[in-house]
Amino acid sequence: MSFALDAVGVIHPNGQRALAGVTLSARDGERIAVIGPSGAGKTTLLRVLGAALRPTEGEVQVLDAKPWQLPAAALKKLRARIGTVHQSPPIAPRLRVVTAVLAGRLGEWSTLRALGSLFHPSDIAGAHEALARLGLEERLFERCDRLSGGQLQRVGIARVLYQRPALLLADEPVSALDPTLADAAIGQLVAQSESTGATLIASLHAVDLALRWFPRIVGMRGGGVMFDLTADQVTPEMLDALYASEGGVARLQPQPAGAAMEPAFHRPDCP
Amino acid sequence: MSTPAAIGNPALRDPHATRRLAAWAAALAIAWPMLSLSEFKPWALFGSGNLAVIGGFLAGFFPPDGSPAFLALLFKATLETLAMATAGTALALLIGAPLGFVTTRALSISRIGPGPGRVQAGVVRQAARWLLMVLRAIPEIVWALLFVRALGLGPASGVLALAITYGGMLGKVYAEILESADTRPARALLEGGSGRLAALCYGLLPNTAQELASYTVYRWECAVRASVVMGFVGAGGLGQLMDQSMKMLNGGEASSILLVFLALVLLADLLSSALRRLLA
Repeated sequence: MSFALDAVGVIHPNGQRALAGVTLSARDGERIAVIGPSGAGKTTLLRVLGAALRPTEGEVQVLDAKPWQLPAAALKKLRARIGTVHQSPPIAPRLRVVTAVLAGRLGEWSTLRALGSLFHPSDIAGAHEALARLGLEERLFERCDRLSGGQLQRVGIARVLYQRPALLLADEPVSALDPTLADAAIGQLVAQSESTGATLIASLHAVDLALRWFPRIVGMRGGGVMFDLTADQVTPEMLDALYASEGGVARLQPQPAGAAMEPAFHRPDCP
Repeated sequence: MSTPAAIGNPALRDPHATRRLAAWAAALAIAWPMLSLSEFKPWALFGSGNLAVIGGFLAGFFPPDGSPAFLALLFKATLETLAMATAGTALALLIGAPLGFVTTRALSISRIGPGPGRVQAGVVRQAARWLLMVLRAIPEIVWALLFVRALGLGPASGVLALAITYGGMLGKVYAEILESADTRPARALLEGGSGRLAALCYGLLPNTAQELASYTVYRWECAVRASVVMGFVGAGGLGQLMDQSMKMLNGGEASSILLVFLALVLLADLLSSALRRLLA
């Protein structure tokens, strides 16, 4: 079992409810896409899975451990086995790309090695290999504040590829990439999951990417799981219901949300 | 003040307007008694005779003393002051940096989640904060007076006094600089199981090194000035020289010493901007 959530609910300190009664589990090596409108609780779900947020209600089990019952040292070790691609890459702008990628293994390295690596990168070849998978190997020694938003996002992905976690969480990992790059980047995350046996959970706004690369699709809305199906069971009607506007924001185009995503269903390469 | 539309439509009224107005009123109400308590009467400067007294005092400062014998003394005292300020600041760094590292909330692992060990971590942080407070609450001049009695006249007591007080200031400000920077990179690393020191070096220092360096150099500049005051109580350096010149009513010597101060502050400024450029 890679993770198991049982009736998990999260209420933020400001009183806002982000998750309600989420029960979800995954086997080792499974690949799951989480889709749903903004504010559905996708990021919160991933933070709970990453042992970065303690839920208000329910039980969490990640990589055969209950993170919130572990002592501090064991929790730290558990976190080192979980890798997260963040929505906006949290990388200090003055770091060099090589250092930003190598930071993926800080949980594994001794403090001495971590500090030494700031003076001379301790695994240049490893960082190069991870960056090459995303077509960024030429930027190895450049500073992160010289990169574009899309390049920085790929550095964030390279960091997690280098980390080689057992549970790979990706929160909107390709939001700043063009469709071709986005497809390649998701492909690399999937390849990583296949080669290392890591479980991959990615939240995505691009439904076509989700359906193409992920065998299992979880639809979230209003802090709860709306459906949890294999990719071929997901119908346009379900997507319409998932993304239906609640009348909060006025819509400019009075066409159903599914219409814009429809082409994804007729792709020849779609399973 | 407010437009008719805002009065008519409660949705368009700034809910914070009253609170802000009250804050300004409170600030004024507190500041005014402070001014009268501190007997702030600048017009007394221009009262009868006072300007003449000041003028006479300042006239004694010209011209600055440039005699070789005094310049030699001045050079030696300048070196002594520089040594005192530098050694004092370096020791303060050794005290302040670890305490700041312990105190800052930006690197708390137990706050993630929140997880285990929150109470202990909070106690340690608070204890370190109190220690910093005690260190900087007692003015360096008091420490200097104390150490002069224990160690005898000379810069050594000034160094110790600076190390203690400035260690307290550096630790507090370091912790706050680390907290006011973008802490997400460090937090992401901590969430990935990294240690605190590694998270500091990979997540926080790249963004804060400039601020930390320029505050440290500024403290060194303050240490140069503070060493003068401590010189008055016998801790050596330019201060002791200044004390002697003032007691002998030798304005020329005093103004030479002041010119050296100007040069030292200028030096600190150059050093600071050079460091900032280097770390940019």
